[in-house]
Amino acid sequence: MERRVEVAAVVAGDIARHHARMARVVFTQHLRRFTETPEVETTADLLRGALEDAFKVNPRLRGYVLDDQAHLRRNVVVFVDGRRCDDRVGLADPLRAQSTVHVLQALSGG
Amino acid sequence: MGDRAWVATRKGLFELRRCGDGWGVARVSFLGEPVSMLLPPAAAGPHAGRMLAALNLGHFGTKLHASDDGGANWHEVSTPSYPEQPADAPGPPWKLVLLWALEASGTTVWAGTLPGGLFRSDDFGASWSLVRSLWDLPERAEWFGGGYDVPGIHSISPHPTQRGDLLVGISCGGVWHSGDDAATWRLRTRGLRATYMPPERADDGRIQDPHRIARCRAQPQVIWCQHHNGIWRSVDEGLQWQEVTSAPVSSFGFAVAAHPSDPARAWFVPAVADQCRVPKDGALVVQHTRDGGASFETQHRGLPQADCYDLVYRHGLDVADDGATLMMGSTGGALWSSLDGGERWLALSMHLPPVYAVRFG
Repeated sequence: MERRVEVAAVVAGDIARHHARMARVVFTQHLRRFTETPEVETTADLLRGALEDAFKVNPRLRGYVLDDQAHLRRNVVVFVDGRRCDDRVGLADPLRAQSTVHVLQALSGG
Repeated sequence: MGDRAWVATRKGLFELRRCGDGWGVARVSFLGEPVSMLLPPAAAGPHAGRMLAALNLGHFGTKLHASDDGGANWHEVSTPSYPEQPADAPGPPWKLVLLWALEASGTTVWAGTLPGGLFRSDDFGASWSLVRSLWDLPERAEWFGGGYDVPGIHSISPHPTQRGDLLVGISCGGVWHSGDDAATWRLRTRGLRATYMPPERADDGRIQDPHRIARCRAQPQVIWCQHHNGIWRSVDEGLQWQEVTSAPVSSFGFAVAAHPSDPARAWFVPAVADQCRVPKDGALVVQHTRDGGASFETQHRGLPQADCYDLVYRHGLDVADDGATLMMGSTGGALWSSLDGGERWLALSMHLPPVYAVRFG
């Protein structure tokens, strides 16, 4: 019994350390009307890598977020820890451990 | 006889069914989403019953959906996508802006887009490829946008009996013909004239703005063109165009419908002029010719004749296979139908979202 607790504690420690260096990608709920939007944890250190990890979970997401040239769509905005991503072509914004990436729609009229 | 029609609007796709002399909305799909174009269900062949609808999601781009049961259920399919753009490629970005035309020919589906790419699918929309033979033409460098920032293919007219024979109309990039299943292309603009260009370029085929081209299915060599600055007709599949100057109200407009069996008949919906795109004197009319454009009758019964500012855009008018059933929808969200070739029109709704396309089938 004691050993099992110990193992569990080790595993919990690994998970905690693992999560400590994971960034999180969250998609706007508006996208759920069209396709699945899993919340993804990633070890990527740049924004594009984090998005690619999300596209591995749901490949159809790619076309909703990126255009034909793999640039951020004109009316999609991405925030990394609350700061808007301005590199819409390279998507090279650095991610910190436990960064949160929000993929949102820009506001529009009509 | 057309007993089903589809109306693609800024806020959904409406299926209409004939009920007596009128039409009723039978189903609404994609409510709230802009539907830029649709392809009615295939009548026959391996994909019989399959239809397509193109969404233009404001935030998330163009998406294509298919239905195998006449619009009851939809699923997303592959969207035409441009290949990686070379760093030194001139012209507009290789990015899909709008899916503007969908036509089927045999087992092939064609998609016309802004910024000017033609795509083909040989599995009825499951996968697409850019027609590089047209996209790579050096003449494309002269194309430009008309009403949009980039040029676009709005008309795709496959020959109904000669497989591999195809016309496309581009605003503003002329009319192009392929006789070898889109392997090679030739301009077919002789006779067209662009008054919006410097005089020395008025006859330049590469910059003509055919707002819409429509073909007579029974005599497919007869093509009608509502051009930016006039109406034209060709009796040899676009090799030579003759200007039609007898339109009584105006020769400016966007839509044209060609009678399916009578090559001398066509319908146009005029607006005042390029610089004033509303019905003349606030009265909506349809111009109908029965003699190849030598003369027109002005059809107005049942249409608003005062304080009307509706514009019927290039895909907003269609005629059914019977040659008598017509329907047209406006940018103001109004929809009218006729069962007698336009002699009398019936208002079906004045409250739809802006209408992008009307199609029977």
